[in-house]
Parts: sequence; C-alpha cells; structure tokens
Amino acid sequence: MNLTTALARLLIFPGLLFAVPAAWFFLWVERKTVALMQGRIGPPFMQPFYDFIKLLGKSTPPRNGVGGLLMMMWPLLAVSAAAGAVGLLPVLPSSGGFEGDLILLLALLELPSMCVIAAGFSSRSIFGEIGSAREAALSVSYNVVFLLAIVSIAASQHTFRLEALASAAADRPSSLYWLGVLAILVCLPAKLHINPFSLPNAEQEIYSGPMTEYAGPELAMWELSHGLEWVAATGLVATLAAPHLAAWWLAAMVFVALSFVVVLLLSVTAAATARLQIDTTVRFYWQCTLIFAVLAISSALFMRFKS
Amino acid sequence: MNLWNRLMCYCRRRSPWLFHMNSGSCNGCDIELVASLTPRYDAEQLGVRLEGSPRHADILCITGPVTHNSVEAIKTVYGQVCGPKAVVAIGSCPATTNVFIDSRTLDGPLNRHIPVDVFVPGCPPRPDAIIQGVAKAAEILAERGNQLPVESVMVPIGESACACADATQHAVSEVQP
Repeated sequence: MNLTTALARLLIFPGLLFAVPAAWFFLWVERKTVALMQGRIGPPFMQPFYDFIKLLGKSTPPRNGVGGLLMMMWPLLAVSAAAGAVGLLPVLPSSGGFEGDLILLLALLELPSMCVIAAGFSSRSIFGEIGSAREAALSVSYNVVFLLAIVSIAASQHTFRLEALASAAADRPSSLYWLGVLAILVCLPAKLHINPFSLPNAEQEIYSGPMTEYAGPELAMWELSHGLEWVAATGLVATLAAPHLAAWWLAAMVFVALSFVVVLLLSVTAAATARLQIDTTVRFYWQCTLIFAVLAISSALFMRFKS
Repeated sequence: MNLWNRLMCYCRRRSPWLFHMNSGSCNGCDIELVASLTPRYDAEQLGVRLEGSPRHADILCITGPVTHNSVEAIKTVYGQVCGPKAVVAIGSCPATTNVFIDSRTLDGPLNRHIPVDVFVPGCPPRPDAIIQGVAKAAEILAERGNQLPVESVMVPIGESACACADATQHAVSEVQP
C-alpha cells in the first residue's frame, strides 16, 4: 500500500468522507428503529447532524492542568482511532493492505473503549468512575470471545491480512468461518454499548457513565467516535460476510447494504431487550459464548495441523 | 449573520436536550414531563432528548415550588449546565408557589434565584403545553445565544393544544385505534 492509496482510504472511502455521514446515518437508524419499535415516529433524518453542530457551539466548563488536557485528549484519540479502523477495512477489491493489518485493526477498534475507561476516571466524577469500572469489566469479558473468534477465522485462512482474509473466505466459506462471524456479531452490542449490554453508559441509572462530566465540543467528539465505532464494527462484519466482487462500485454498495442490515439487526435487538446486570453480562460472555469461541479456535488450529 | 451562525441557530432550535430537576414538586408535573416523551406525544420528533447529566443539557426543566433545601441545588445545577442555556419552569408552583404560598418551608418563586425563560402554567400542565414550552425555549435559545434572558415568556393555558397539534397529530393518530 503506497502513500496515495493509504491517504485515499483514510480520508475518502471508506475513511472520513464516507464514514462521518455514515456514522450520523447509523446513529439516526438506531434512534429511529427504537422509536418505531416503541410506536413513536422518532427523530428527523438530520438529527445526529443537528446535535453535533449544536454541541460544537456550546461552551465547556473550565478545567486546569493535566486533568483538563487529558479530558480534552481522550475523545480526540477515540475519534482518530475509530476513523483509522474504518480506513483499514478492505471494502474495495484489490485496494492494497499489508501483512498483519488485521492486528492493527483490532488494536484501533479497542482504543475507543480504552479511551472511554480513561475518560471516566480522569473526569473524577463518581458516576464516571462507576461507568469506567463497568466498561473495564465488560471489555475483559467480551474481548476474549471477540479476539478468539477473529483469530480462529485468521488461523483457518492462514493469514493476518484483511484483504486476503475477506477474499479467501468469500471463495470457499466453511461452517467454521461463519461460526466465527456469528461470535463477532454476539460481541458487537457490548462493543457498541447498546442494550442488553449498555452497562457503561447506563442512562437513568448512573447518569451518563463516563460521559457525565463532558460537555460541548468534547461531547460532540464522543458522539462522533461512537458513530464511527458503529461504522467500523458493522463494517468488519460486512467485509467478512461480503461475497468477492470484481466491480468496485458493486463492492462498495454491497458493503453499505450489509452494514445497514447489521445496524438494523443490532438496533432491533437493542429496542427489544432490557439492560442486563453486570454479573449476568460477564457470566454470559465467560460461560455461554466462550465455549463456542474455544471450540472454533481449537478446530481451526487442529485443521491447520492436519493440512 | 454569517453562514456558520445561521447554521448554529438552525441546529440549536432543532436539538434541545433537557435536564429535569425537581425542587420539591408533588410529582404531578414530573409525570407530565415524562408523558411528553412517550409514544402519544413523542417529543423526540422535535429533537428533544432527556439527558442524565446537566453538563449535556441545553434546557433546564424545573418543577416544584422551590423549597429552602433545594435552592442551593438549583443554583449548583444551573451553574453546571453549559451555555448557551435556557430555563423552563413547569407548572404553577415555580411560577407563583401555587397552593403552597406563604409556607415557611418555601423560598419561591423560581425567578428569585435564577433567570427563567419560559413559564408553563398549569397544575399540572398538559404534555402538549410542556412540549410547546420546550419548543419556545429552544427558539429563544437559538436567537439569543449566550446572553442572559431579558424577559420571561408565558405559555398561554388552553392555546397549547392547538399550537402543538401539528407536531403531535400524527403520533396521536397512530396510537388511537
């Protein structure tokens, strides 16, 4: 991947120029789906954009010293990590990539939730600290399953290169591969903090969790990073599930359509479920889904030794 | 007014986030505020969101006749809401202290302590009156930005049902059999 393609992927497609409107669109789809499921009409189409611009125009409480600097830095770091993760997705055929970009993508996907944890603790609000502690416990639980699922897919395809992974899987999909995709899908509600795993930002329960002390442009950046996380996480499933297509415009359209389907599925799940308690959530990931993830990775490794 | 300011004004009017505070209310107005977010009235159509933290809010909704104990809390929360901000006093209590007038436990009405933009009278006010009050506050917020309010606005009793009919008609017709 040379510099021009890297910049084009980061800034144009599937990077910022596509990802920011897509983030707002997905946030709207989430709110609209919940509204429709509750028998309401819901927010207008441009609502996340209005919210973003309005938040940019609000003031922030004065903060001094390193604490204030850190609180300003976390949302920016989260936005850039999420945007980088979207830019790495191998949406277009033969779009480049490099050996091991899967590992970079996983690290970038994990960074926003690290930032949320750090932000809650550096805000020094009691609600922020509770939210951060919950986010940390949640992250330890779902990440084991999430990482095992992705490693099992990568091990069964003998590569850590995203593009090779996506195209090889499309050519000869195995049941093991789909088991891995399903495991990733189960982890997404926890990764995106939506019901039934909306523990860290549990509204009405611990105010706004780690975001309690954030206001104005910083809160706008958190909203944007949340939207970009939606694009990156659903995009990961979309690229893994998409068939291999030669025409770039067809590949882009299939990517958008599949992402939309995943967003719709997650929003319907969120609207239809209530928030689980933290111990139930941790038990769910450690006891129920971990077994499948371990099965997937052990069979992947076994098949690898056999071949 | 340049383009950015016009866009900001447009977005502020369409994205009022509320923080609800009780200053000793009997819970009647609080229930009506929640009712305005339910499927029948669906205030989210106007971009309204009930926020958990005062830091996120644009509009502070205060119910209750302002007891001695709640005065400091009101001032603290008013300070925690980041500008530009507006205050909506919901019900007759924060406007006049209502039936609790001359009580020795009260320190009302509300505008003795913080500047109020919109009064929504009623005991309790109807949810559509509350929605109209919030929409009016969002309009005021968009126009005046960071300045302090000059004078308060009163939502007239009885008129609100007609004025908000457009916004809620569809929602109501969907719910009714």
